[in-house]
Amino acid sequence: MKTESRLERVLAGGHFAVTAEIGPPKSASAKGIRKHASVLKDYCDGLNLTDNQTAIVRLSSIAAAVHVLDEGGEPVIQMTCRDRNRIAMQSDILGAYSLGIRNILCLSGDHQSFGNHPTSKNVYDLDSVQLVRMVKEMRDEKKFLSGDTMKTEPRMFVGAAANPFGDPFEFRVVRLAKKVEAGADFIQTQAIFDVEKFARWMEMVRDRGLHKQVYILGGVIPVKSEKALQYMQTVPGMAIPDELIKRMSAVKGKEAKQEEGVKICVEIIEQLKQVEGVCGVHIMAVMWERIVPEIVQGAGLFPRPRDFEPAEPEAAQAGDD
Amino acid sequence: MIVAERKHLKEIQGLVSDQDRILIVGCQECVTVCMAGGEREVGILASSLRLARSREGKPVEILEQTIHRQCDFEFVDELKDKVEGVDCIISMACGVGVQFVAERYVDRWVVPALNTKFAGGTKEIGLWEERCGLCGECILYLTGGVCPIARCSKSLLNGPCGGSQKGKCEVSEDIDCGWQLIYDRLQEKGRLDLLFEFQPPKDWSVARDGGPRKVVREDVML
Ligand code: SF4
Ligand code: SF4
Repeated sequence: MKTESRLERVLAGGHFAVTAEIGPPKSASAKGIRKHASVLKDYCDGLNLTDNQTAIVRLSSIAAAVHVLDEGGEPVIQMTCRDRNRIAMQSDILGAYSLGIRNILCLSGDHQSFGNHPTSKNVYDLDSVQLVRMVKEMRDEKKFLSGDTMKTEPRMFVGAAANPFGDPFEFRVVRLAKKVEAGADFIQTQAIFDVEKFARWMEMVRDRGLHKQVYILGGVIPVKSEKALQYMQTVPGMAIPDELIKRMSAVKGKEAKQEEGVKICVEIIEQLKQVEGVCGVHIMAVMWERIVPEIVQGAGLFPRPRDFEPAEPEAAQAGDD
Repeated sequence: MIVAERKHLKEIQGLVSDQDRILIVGCQECVTVCMAGGEREVGILASSLRLARSREGKPVEILEQTIHRQCDFEFVDELKDKVEGVDCIISMACGVGVQFVAERYVDRWVVPALNTKFAGGTKEIGLWEERCGLCGECILYLTGGVCPIARCSKSLLNGPCGGSQKGKCEVSEDIDCGWQLIYDRLQEKGRLDLLFEFQPPKDWSVARDGGPRKVVREDVML
């Protein structure tokens, strides 16, 4: 085991892992985060805290992760390259680890033009592949990017994203390979609606043997109506089959549509379980976090494995620097 | 070349509203090519200002001169005679030219008439596009001659990001994804292998940070 991450232990134990996303609020209150965390922690092996998602200012992912820890959950902080340079990133990684955070998802980040501060200046001192490598070297070699060494390393379980639906399609697997080579331990994919296309991508992943080197968690999004699907059809990097929109449109009534949305999500998870090399699922029910337990139960993934003791840190390191 | 675009007349008018004797200076290099600050544009700005001011009942005296290059003191010195007769200079050069003029004529009020945009070229008549981010350490040999710094919206070195779709950048339908361009170019050249390599973080210390950058060539110094 590379880290004390609970998520790593679940994956290494061969369990089909479940992670979900909690979107921190656009305010200074932790109430919502705590409420979601207290419920979701029993249904998930990791809870992702988004990092100013879609470039909209929100409560910080690291602070949110501490609230999740307080509630007994296992946080996965997301970190984008958009807002911090290499100095701030390394500092935040050290800080996050010192607070008990054991998982990090390294992302490029949505461009600031999408968010509520489109006149801001982006950073992109590093890109996401370089960030993966940096966190890995901090952990495995106790080295800062500059080459300076540290005494106590942040033992993070390192994640990265993959988009099987982005273009150029043939290059997507190469990029995954680069992330794996850079040091990614786990991958959470873009939301999957087109399972067939995803399966084709996974075939290429298996051809390169990447599924043996990295844990791949398939992303899913439960939707409440066809409107959400229609909107996502316009989002760059998403693939939404027309049949799904038709299926949702055929259902009448708000509640019935929501039920259908959950059903679709559960079906996709069932299909993902059959795809060789998929090690888990990542549920992105942003603004609808409370639906996650129903999905996890529906997909037969409850209860979560809890038959192991919390791992002990390798050495007592208090007082060290 | 440096590509620039003229500011709105209203803005320029506001910048010189309290000036009565003005010299407008054009430049024959880049800004002539991108039709922002050459002799022709100096003439247009001069007449527009004169007209606007006389309409306001505040007539203004405007001189015009276009020099070979404003980013060269040798040519900036040619303005001397005309500068004598004015209080204010409107430079229609890029930001570099404006600064050279301001540096030479410190007792005159110097204002820019252009917004300096980028290092780019003429794509077609009336369309200029950015091509170089002036990063200080060119890596075009890794990317088939397509600059990832200027042409990817996130300046990624290990792109493309997840937002690239159908050749377009996630930022807008009007922006080609720089990394799709790189991919296509390298595929054409049979050099996709270049993209398999991990590109380490860039050394930005040679780019925009650390005060004005200098190039020194002692071998050509007098
Ligand atoms: S790599 Fe640097 S120097 Fe070369 S074109 Fe791009 S920004 Fe300009
Ligand atoms: S879509 Fe392409 S150009 Fe736009 S940020 Fe991503 S890689 Fe760069």
